[in-house]
Amino acid sequence: MESATNGDAIGILEQLSYQNLLCPIGRLYMILMAKSDLKLVGRWSSPFVMRVKIALNIKSLDYENFHETLNPKSDLLLQSNPVYKKIPVLIHGDKPICESLIIVEYIDEVWSSAPSILPSDPYDRSIARFWAAYIDDKWFPTLKSIFLADEEESKKQYIKQLEEVVVRMEDAFLNISKGKDFFGGNRIGYLDIAFGCFLGWMRMIEKLIGLKLIGEAKCPALAKWAERFAADAAVEGLIPESDKLIELYNPLKLKSKALAK
Amino acid sequence: MADEVVLLDFWPSPFGMRVRIALAEKGIKYEYKDEDLRNKSPLLLQMNPVHKKIPVLIHNGKPICESLIAVQYIDEIWNDKAPLLPSDAYQRAHARFWADYVDKKLYDYGRKIWTTKGEEQEAAKKEFLDCLKVLEGELGDKLYFGGDNLGFVDVVLIPFYSWFSVYEALGNFSTEAESPKFIAWAKRCLEIESVAKSLPDQHKVHDFVMLMRKKFGLD
Repeated sequence: MESATNGDAIGILEQLSYQNLLCPIGRLYMILMAKSDLKLVGRWSSPFVMRVKIALNIKSLDYENFHETLNPKSDLLLQSNPVYKKIPVLIHGDKPICESLIIVEYIDEVWSSAPSILPSDPYDRSIARFWAAYIDDKWFPTLKSIFLADEEESKKQYIKQLEEVVVRMEDAFLNISKGKDFFGGNRIGYLDIAFGCFLGWMRMIEKLIGLKLIGEAKCPALAKWAERFAADAAVEGLIPESDKLIELYNPLKLKSKALAK
Repeated sequence: MADEVVLLDFWPSPFGMRVRIALAEKGIKYEYKDEDLRNKSPLLLQMNPVHKKIPVLIHNGKPICESLIAVQYIDEIWNDKAPLLPSDAYQRAHARFWADYVDKKLYDYGRKIWTTKGEEQEAAKKEFLDCLKVLEGELGDKLYFGGDNLGFVDVVLIPFYSWFSVYEALGNFSTEAESPKFIAWAKRCLEIESVAKSLPDQHKVHDFVMLMRKKFGLD
């Protein structure tokens, strides 16, 4: 049997099923070969990795999870993302795709049968991309700043900034969803994924600061959307628990402060 | 019904230039409106209330903001000629990645070269030149980032060339000496009509920036 590349997976499967119909090892090899066509380099705690996982779930795709420790960075990560050396990286066959939103679009385009992730109309697509960029530009950095802020005064300022962002997102949700459950309409889509991936971090930070960031009082529509998003089948099991995040990140926060001094 | 296309722009903006090139590549007639950024028009504030920035493409009354998004929109709507993004999904992801790289890295370092001094400026200059080398690596032996024709990454990147005389003068370096392959690519792009007519003269940009620096007390 010739050695297989991922591109030869189908050829190998055919050979195996012919030669090893009843062999358990052959069957296991088939499963491994099929799964290894998609590899996701990531970590349970990363919201950006979560975006890719949700997209893969929406398309019912099997993939191999490669848990990246980040410290030190694995050879696989350094080879597949030499420019940024960051997760997530989706490796399809032998081709790496980097940057979470770019990966989500790629998944939607390659596995183009329903359900769709991006809107079908080009103008709606441009709106979804605009707000996803806004989320990455304004929402996440401010959220992170709240978490990292040392002094109460700067924490308060960042919380105030985030509240302004949330008001905009509430407005955007009402305009884009047009009365439906999600930004994507009846099902979760690109913008739901781009925003919803941060719910775990957000809940962790809410716990630490004792304040609701997306709450019934200030953004009722988004608060309900968040519940629906978290309950969606494609998101199940992916939102990291606050306690586990606190356990992971607090020591890192102390370390980065120590290094900064 | 004829399409009504308006572009809210500011002549030295590399982001605006991207949209100009894309529209020209597709042969689209549009109304160009130059904004006074110290006195933004009601139309700009209405069409881009979130960022209040140019460029804004307005297609039949509907705004599309953010240059990378506008260029993709143009490519998707007017898909009958001059494709900017590749047809292959992986190549498309690849192009989007490099366009994003230009925005994340090149723009910021370039801006630091003309707005800072001393150590900060030196550091920015080094990063800027490193970026050009990375981009040269990505270009490889191709004529353009898009292959044999102008593509998404070319459109996203070439506008910064009109600012090179600024970076070189203030950063005190020669791009030709540091990254000759990059300059060769830029000159190839400038031979294309849609690019040539969308980029302002380097000297004009240079004079404008010097004026801005005086105004902000950077000189």
